[in-house]
Amino acid sequence: MTATTKNLPESAAKPGATPGLDAATASTPAAAVTPAARLSLHNSLGGLRRMKAAPAISAFVVIALILMAIFAPLLAPHDPLAMTPAMRLKPSSDMYLLGTDAFGRDILSRIIYGARVSLTIGLGVAIVSILIGLPLGLLSGFFKTLDAILMRVMDGLMAIPSVLLAIAVVAVSGASMWSLIIAITIPEIPRVVRLVRSVVLSAREELYVEAAISLGSSLPRILRRHLVPNTIAPLIVQGTYICASAILTEAILSFLGAGIGTEIPSWGNIISEGRMYFQLKPSLIYWPGLVLSACVLAVNLLGDTARDMLDPKMKQRGGH
Amino acid sequence: MPAYFLKRILAVIPVMGVVAVFVFLLLRLTPGDPAAIIAGDMATPEQLAKIRAALGLNEPLLTQFFSWIGTVLKGDLGTSLISGTPVTTLIGQRLEPTLSLAIMTAILAVVIAVPLGVLAAWKHQSWVDNLVMSMSVLGFSVPVFVIGYVLVQIFALELRWLPVQGYRSWTQGFWPFLQRAILPAFTLASIYVALIARMTRASLLTVLGEDYIRTARAKGLGEIIVLFRHALRNAAVPILTVIGTGFALLISGVVVTESVFNIPGLGRLTVDAILARDYPVIQGLILTTSGVYVLINLVIDLSYSALDPRIRY
Repeated sequence: MTATTKNLPESAAKPGATPGLDAATASTPAAAVTPAARLSLHNSLGGLRRMKAAPAISAFVVIALILMAIFAPLLAPHDPLAMTPAMRLKPSSDMYLLGTDAFGRDILSRIIYGARVSLTIGLGVAIVSILIGLPLGLLSGFFKTLDAILMRVMDGLMAIPSVLLAIAVVAVSGASMWSLIIAITIPEIPRVVRLVRSVVLSAREELYVEAAISLGSSLPRILRRHLVPNTIAPLIVQGTYICASAILTEAILSFLGAGIGTEIPSWGNIISEGRMYFQLKPSLIYWPGLVLSACVLAVNLLGDTARDMLDPKMKQRGGH
Repeated sequence: MPAYFLKRILAVIPVMGVVAVFVFLLLRLTPGDPAAIIAGDMATPEQLAKIRAALGLNEPLLTQFFSWIGTVLKGDLGTSLISGTPVTTLIGQRLEPTLSLAIMTAILAVVIAVPLGVLAAWKHQSWVDNLVMSMSVLGFSVPVFVIGYVLVQIFALELRWLPVQGYRSWTQGFWPFLQRAILPAFTLASIYVALIARMTRASLLTVLGEDYIRTARAKGLGEIIVLFRHALRNAAVPILTVIGTGFALLISGVVVTESVFNIPGLGRLTVDAILARDYPVIQGLILTTSGVYVLINLVIDLSYSALDPRIRY
């Protein structure tokens, strides 16, 4: 049997065992689902989404945040780095809508600019982890020996708590946008590899793949024409969840002081700087915290929406 | 069965091997001189030489790995570059706060999350279900530190029921310990509750559709007995699995929570080690936490057959 419980998706083959579920899966294997339960699965991610408005609201929030990041210089009322010592820790006013921080910098402007770091990292991690994970998963699904080795490596990576792993990478490589993307990507890769692998394992049993093999299609052709298209829908969903989790991890790293320097504002490092003055001015933490939470929530809900729209079957593969 | 147990236990070795190789290579494969990375920009050549010698950086890579893994297997995780204290001693000193926090959180999370999940599945598609699932999505999305500060604001600053931060060992009395540990535990439990409640609900929903549940109800058993004795038992394996895999989230959360509440545990040790670039300590912490994670999941894996006799190997 396989090495850690993270492996449960494979060990679903255990006779009589409840088919396993991935770490954060709330979905239930569709194979074992009664019609009534299947209907419910459709809503397994909960009430927020059940209101029809949730996808629209979350899409709106995400688009608004993207626009905010792109047009930060136009939207920000102040220079996010300009320190005005006379205006330290001021409350909200017409001049500073959300007040100022301990250096007299405008919090609203810092939050607006902070969207750049968070969204770049969220998107960057999602893309890089798919770029690395997709080929590894495809090969793993096709070559038994490689699969055995690769899966042990993935088990090992998954055994390291993601924040610690990211912290260690940042500690040796220094904190820059790229090193953060790499650091946060490494723990996400196993999730992609496993997902792609499971898609390949089930798809290669299909008749059309068998037909392609008997017709003498080359492996690259089979992968490209028949297997990769199967992975696209689940990867879009998984990519969205990875984006949300990467934004959270970046904020945690920044909060711990292992993130990007405060000369580039990020929601995490605004909160980190606000910690010292929390008792004096809690809004230093609440405002960036609120925007951060709203962003992660919106991206997560978008992932749920995408999952339902793209392929109801994919729940069995353990999306989120 | 014993053969499976043995096989499962042996499977821990490659996993920990990968963790060890990763931790080892991380510093060595990073572009630049590892000694310079550790020492920072202000290091003198003497300091660099000292660090090189301490880490054995002058040897070939393979020799370094085997001599390092040899000492690790003997239980020696090296010494801190800052304080010169053995890493195992450092970890030992900081273990108690983290361990008590983790245990309290795990208990709290299970006690809160399982009934919530059961309730949501039972009252499926009702407002209770909606509420539980919405809270669960929130739990995943709101960062641990934001939850921590909100709790501090409400219970420590506004209501003044509890201290803002700090830690007291339970050996100094249970009440002072509980007073300081309760907010961190609730904070840390937030993600864990979200995870477990969601899984409990999903797992229970599949079970509740089964014939034997209808039979149980038909023969007049009370709902509580049907839900907890009949349904929950059969739904237990995925729930237990998620408790095990969620442990990795718990560790990540510990680092943050201890920083918010100023608890001198392993999480704080980690943060201090990063800020000081104390690489042996970071290395030791990763090895230890991954080891604990693998061990917990091993125990959970092995307990499946006890929970569900249908699972035989």
